[in-house]
Amino acid sequence: MEVPNDLLYTREHEWVRVKDSKGIVGITDFAQDQLGDVVFVEQPQAGTELTKDATFGVVESVKTVSDLFAPVSGKVTVANTELEAKPELVNSAPYGDGWIVEIEITDTKELDDLLTPEAYTAFIQEQEQD
Amino acid sequence: MKTPLKTTPLLDLHRELGGKIVPFAGWSMPIQFAGVMEEHRCVREKVGLFDVSHMGEIEVTGPGSLDYLQYLVTNDVSTLVDGSILYSVMCYENGGVVDDLLVHRHSQDHYFLCVNASNTDKDFEWATGQSNGFDVEVKNISQQTSQLALQGPRALEVLKSLTDEKIETIAYYHFLRGQVGGIDCIISRTGYTGEDGFELYLPAESATALARHLLEAGAPHGIQPIGLGARDTLRLEMGYALYGQEINSDIHPLEARLGWVVKLDKENEFCGKTALVKARAEGIQRRLVGLKMSARGVPRSHYKILKEGVPVGEVTSGTFSPTLNTGIAMGFVPAGQSKSGEKFEIEIRGQGVSAEVVPLPFVPSHVKK
Repeated sequence: MEVPNDLLYTREHEWVRVKDSKGIVGITDFAQDQLGDVVFVEQPQAGTELTKDATFGVVESVKTVSDLFAPVSGKVTVANTELEAKPELVNSAPYGDGWIVEIEITDTKELDDLLTPEAYTAFIQEQEQD
Repeated sequence: MKTPLKTTPLLDLHRELGGKIVPFAGWSMPIQFAGVMEEHRCVREKVGLFDVSHMGEIEVTGPGSLDYLQYLVTNDVSTLVDGSILYSVMCYENGGVVDDLLVHRHSQDHYFLCVNASNTDKDFEWATGQSNGFDVEVKNISQQTSQLALQGPRALEVLKSLTDEKIETIAYYHFLRGQVGGIDCIISRTGYTGEDGFELYLPAESATALARHLLEAGAPHGIQPIGLGARDTLRLEMGYALYGQEINSDIHPLEARLGWVVKLDKENEFCGKTALVKARAEGIQRRLVGLKMSARGVPRSHYKILKEGVPVGEVTSGTFSPTLNTGIAMGFVPAGQSKSGEKFEIEIRGQGVSAEVVPLPFVPSHVKK
């Protein structure tokens, strides 16, 4: 399972790539693998205010449906509209073209609560053993 | 105490093939290998191999077999000849469904039933309980019997390369006994996918060997192992009922579009007949329909079906159809609103999303009629 070492992670399997005051958010390789074929992503529109840990969208796969949780609070600056036509990008490129939203982070201190790549790797290994 | 999950003889092979193993109806089964969409398409376009060894098999022998089965199931078992198969349900006294099943006739005093995995113990107990007064022996042979399904337009070609039997002559819902890859099998032209194909019943100890033979023979045809995920999307596209969803002890078969397997006019009495005659006389209140989403969204079981915002029914099975590229569902609606073209909404995360009643199956069947 790929866990890039330049990202931060949540226990709900979202990742955030921080650049200056902005963060790009997606779901992890582990999450997309668990979900299976993604057929529909419900995203917030640009301008939507997200609250840390609150749901901000939904990923539907053939098998199941899963909420998206905001890793940090912030305002959506861009949503990845390419997912409307190609939701499968979440499976094929979870850390690349399958990103979900970009947000303007309100409080960068919230980033301290997120998991490091090492901590997230350990977390998913535990989950796989369950 | 947690009951350990049952396993089929193929579990190690599933792992070797990269299957994602999940608990299902008390069994450890592969939900998917390459992915539901890819596996689904593989069965529709080429050929796929399913392990369905978790299904139950019950053998009925003895001179009273026909009379007994006529009492046990709702369909007319007297129409069977040696080597033919009947789909039916068996009902409780109140008309609710114990299970749906396949009845295979070996000879006039030897039949075997294929029942649902999750119901095998219940069914065996029920079937045994109904055998009083009939000269029959009812035996649960599930443990020693494995079942593989080879489904898809190239299934015949693959299977032919492993057997000398004239399998191309087997008509739909018929079977013969013969060897496949040197292993004694019951070869039946049945399946759960809407594609041409075969179901093979064989001794459990030979299941892994036969699966390997089939995968090898199928390799030039693009065969893939198929998990339960695609098994479900394939059966739902065909509008086939699944026990626990479209049918259960609270649903009678006339509501579930299974009136065609309820022979109220057959000579013999059968369990549940009185209740079903009464239900028909009183009028059917709700009916199972196929629903196709008119907008984006994936319906799931237990989602509410709304008519102009008012709940009128519930989805029993729903998924994203890999063939139609849209959400599809089956569910119960008031009988008066069950015609094709009738508009509903399905409540998806608080929103009513438009859906329309469509004829079943959702996609054309390619079974060999």
